[in-house]
Amino acid sequence: MCPPARPPTEQEIHGRHGRPITDQDAHDISRVEELSYDLRVHEVMTADVKTATPDMPLAKVLDILRVNRISGLPVVEDEKLIGILSLEDIVRALQKNDLAAHTSQYMTREVVSVASYDSIVAAIRTFTEKQLGRLPVVDENQKLVGMITKGDITRGILVALQKDYKTEEVRRYRASHLFEDIISERTTLVLRYTIKAGDFTQGGKASSHIKRALLRLGADPQITRRCSIAVYEAEMNLIIHTTNGGILKLEVEPHRITMSATDDGPGIADTEMVFQPGYSTATEQVREMGFGAGMGLVNMKRCVDEIKLESTLGKGSKLVMRIFIPDQTVGVSRNGQTYEPSTNH
Amino acid sequence: MHLKDIIKLVDGTPLNPDVDMNIKIRGGCGADLMSDVLASSQPKAVLLTGLTNPQVVRTAQIAEFRAIIFVRGKQPQAETLSIATQENMPLITSPFGMFELCGRLHKAGLPSFESNVSSS
Repeated sequence: MCPPARPPTEQEIHGRHGRPITDQDAHDISRVEELSYDLRVHEVMTADVKTATPDMPLAKVLDILRVNRISGLPVVEDEKLIGILSLEDIVRALQKNDLAAHTSQYMTREVVSVASYDSIVAAIRTFTEKQLGRLPVVDENQKLVGMITKGDITRGILVALQKDYKTEEVRRYRASHLFEDIISERTTLVLRYTIKAGDFTQGGKASSHIKRALLRLGADPQITRRCSIAVYEAEMNLIIHTTNGGILKLEVEPHRITMSATDDGPGIADTEMVFQPGYSTATEQVREMGFGAGMGLVNMKRCVDEIKLESTLGKGSKLVMRIFIPDQTVGVSRNGQTYEPSTNH
Repeated sequence: MHLKDIIKLVDGTPLNPDVDMNIKIRGGCGADLMSDVLASSQPKAVLLTGLTNPQVVRTAQIAEFRAIIFVRGKQPQAETLSIATQENMPLITSPFGMFELCGRLHKAGLPSFESNVSSS
């Protein structure tokens, strides 16, 4: 009833047009891989399914198959899937000149099906294992809710990829719209957040918003990550160490992102010591929360291209950090090193 | 590795089952110091930790973790749970300790997504 599975072609193994797989290909492949876990069978299946009943004469089934140009029909009784009738079954009946027989006499009763709530990777596995081209889809009560083919899966993935692509396009359009269509000598987008001292519950919320904003602006994921980690550490410092909290500010320009954290006290006695790994003045309470290990400024320094800390005891501190956005060279900072730490496995 | 497989491996209980657990985890990282997490992790990993405060979720989100497993059967604060659900971060609690958990996942083929000090 369906073509047998064939081994993958050279092209499928080695990428399009036989050329080596590029980073972009690898990204696309892993997105498809992710989608095959994310998408559920019911999202891609055909819900409007022709069915046969057990007492339907085979001649009528043949008619349905012919008119709809399909090769098999699920057999349903009280909405439940009880069998499947394929062209092969009809050929068997034809050989005996028995087209008047009921569907139940010739149908296959052991039906391979997939669950509607399964991810499509489960359906792909079943297709491969059973060498079938078309599978009935049932819900948790074995009720037939649709049919799925390999074509449905391909179509579902393509639609999802296109949706991804469109969303990404819109984001990029917004970004270029902001920085290219608005003509000025220097366009800067400023994001400003007031951070309260000791407000641990809200801690990280501003950074979370900043991260989302950067992604929406179409910023490179690597730069977004570096920036988010740096502002998060700065935000936590404002919560942990200041008397009255402070202001977290992000200035986005096409060529750089400037982050600053400003407070009005108590100030830092030694602005060099705080860059020493492990140097900390945090309380026991803060340490219990997993912070105050004396790594905050060390982390920030590692994430940004430029960092400057000014402080006066009794007056307050100002921390300014910059990340430069290289032209086109995505994810590479000015000093030419990628930020992403190398894997050690 | 599929998060559902990880939950089985660690005898885990999902704490916010409404969040989509049908995700793929690429590696693991175990830490109780949030700065360590920020300093050394790579995206798309699972975080094993003994901390249960809301900052764990924020840290995990900033460092692009895909799920958090609390060690030794710890239960997070209500605030932690609500932020995690809001931010779509799966929370799982496991009866095992940190060493046991790391061992189980590593043995099952989940790579370490921690970078060592010399390479970071």
